[in-house]
Amino acid sequence: MSAYAADVAALARKDLLLEFRSRDTLPAMLLFVVSALTVFHFALPGGSSERAETGLLWIAIVFTALLGLARAFAAEREQGVLDGLVLAPSDRSAIWLGKTIGVTVFLVLAELVALPAFALFFHPLSWELVAAVALADLGIAAIGTLLAAMAAASRARELLLPLLFLPLVIPVVIGGVGASVAAEPGSFLAFLGLYDAVFAILCWASFEYVVTE
Amino acid sequence: MLGVLQAPDYTRAVIRARKLSKRFGDKRVLEGLNLEVPRGGFVLVTGPNGSGKTTFLRLCAGLYAPTNGELEVDAPRGSIGFLGHEPLVYRELTALENLDLYGRLYRIPERRERCGAMLERFGLWDVRNERAATFSRGMLQRLALCRTFLHEPNLLLLDEPFDGLDADGEKRLHLKLAEHGSTVLVATHDPKPLSVRATARLALT
Amino acid sequence: MWLLSEHSRGPSLRFGPPLLAAAATGLLVVGFGLAFYWAPEDADQGFSQKIFYLHVPIALTAYACFGWGAWKALRLLWTGERRYDLESYTAIHMGVIFGLLTLITGSIWAKVSWGVWWSWGERQLVLFLILFLFYSSYFMLRFSTEPGPRRERNSAVYALFGVVLIPVSFLAVRIAGTILHPTIFTHEGADLPGEMLAAFCVCLAGMLSLAGALYLVELSGKRIDASLRELKELLA
Repeated sequence: MSAYAADVAALARKDLLLEFRSRDTLPAMLLFVVSALTVFHFALPGGSSERAETGLLWIAIVFTALLGLARAFAAEREQGVLDGLVLAPSDRSAIWLGKTIGVTVFLVLAELVALPAFALFFHPLSWELVAAVALADLGIAAIGTLLAAMAAASRARELLLPLLFLPLVIPVVIGGVGASVAAEPGSFLAFLGLYDAVFAILCWASFEYVVTE
Repeated sequence: MLGVLQAPDYTRAVIRARKLSKRFGDKRVLEGLNLEVPRGGFVLVTGPNGSGKTTFLRLCAGLYAPTNGELEVDAPRGSIGFLGHEPLVYRELTALENLDLYGRLYRIPERRERCGAMLERFGLWDVRNERAATFSRGMLQRLALCRTFLHEPNLLLLDEPFDGLDADGEKRLHLKLAEHGSTVLVATHDPKPLSVRATARLALT
Repeated sequence: MWLLSEHSRGPSLRFGPPLLAAAATGLLVVGFGLAFYWAPEDADQGFSQKIFYLHVPIALTAYACFGWGAWKALRLLWTGERRYDLESYTAIHMGVIFGLLTLITGSIWAKVSWGVWWSWGERQLVLFLILFLFYSSYFMLRFSTEPGPRRERNSAVYALFGVVLIPVSFLAVRIAGTILHPTIFTHEGADLPGEMLAAFCVCLAGMLSLAGALYLVELSGKRIDASLRELKELLA
């Protein structure tokens, strides 16, 4: 295994281990997403279409992701450890990649609860929706991790992260909802793949500049 | 804010600063600093609070970028050992897990053995499987020192390394410093314990 | 004076603004004159189509500003020279102003053409809304981060994200139109006949000159501010 891959694995493993120990982020995400879906039921007047319900699922996913991302660099920030990671000879982008993998895992775990809950509360899922969610997770985790690091440097980080994140996630929502409801989801899924690829590369290349001076 | 270096000799310099300045917004912390730190030198960086000792060390480590002037540090990232005010360890990981992570990131050979040896060196072997959150201030400092020395750095940047250490910890640190042939910069408000070892002194005002 | 030079290095700002301002005035006057008196009226939309000569050049100028800002951001990350931060910031500021004007003129055009102030089917407008939100967040990022290298780099990276977002959003809005928000109305231009194209180009050149002039003026203002701050604190 190359040194880079080993670094990424070590960092991702560290994040998962930390979450497993402290258990503060994932349970919150799970509870949040189920609560959100419940709120959505009451927010939708009777007779609302299945398409509207699907749209709201995507909102739930985006905001659950935000919840998780707000905690993404919490440990590093609270204990100043990011300096330690930045000082290491490893490529700084490995920090981003390791963290993104961790965030993706949390998102997937949250969705393992959210999607069945949605099917229970609203209507059954299609495989296209699940595929779209999977693709969207990658893009959301990628940009979210970088933006979380950016926001960590500011005074109003809890406010700033959603503001930076939401405009960038609009295309993901378009792709995701489109894939979920369209007769031909192919182009939407392809678009999500494109989004993921383009922004992942951009995040990977620019993370170095976000965590160093 | 001016720096005055009294160095006895100028062999190949590890750190070279010319008119180095650092500002944070409107606050000037370092101004017009000129110095050269020769290889193998042991430099004490002294000065009152707010004189820029920490800032200077962080600049040398690469955590800050200079606002003006030049700073050359002839040491690759993997050979710098930095000890700051924070121990830079994860509270929810054990001592061993923390060192193991840094061991992986610094590509240390025989990682397990070296981590164990370092913990033993600083008297933390018995608590190696305890989470850092349970550690006292002194134990955290020892763990931080383990982290700093783990990869056998050529350039040591230590910011108040004796902070929080008890007598035993101090002894261990002195022993560790004695065996080092590397270049060392120590920022401290109390230079007496180390003045014997120092080859030069940087007094910031 | 090496302190001051770090911000003042860059294109000479002495002659730029007046020249560009003169060019802008000239081009815009000529352009709008051509647009209103010389170019033929559009067969379908009639006189209201003339807003096109205002709206589209403003939109294209906004894109140009965002692109310029992203270029300067890239230069900042590449060379580390701090003057690029102000240049990037100013360009994006211009872009946001022109973006807002795009939204306003587009909204007016929608009202005049179709009777509604906003239409989700109007792709250009929707795209600009997304970009406007994004670049407004850019300002939030700057306001809430302490000045220094961290803020400069974060802003630069975010500016690069913006310029990548433009084509991605364009594509997204396009495919969204096919299923989510059916495009009922469209300003899809047929090929512009010669006179319309000429008038349009003059207006576009005028808008770009205007943006350039405002950019240089604001940039020099910001540089003076920065130099003044440095001087003050030197003397303190």
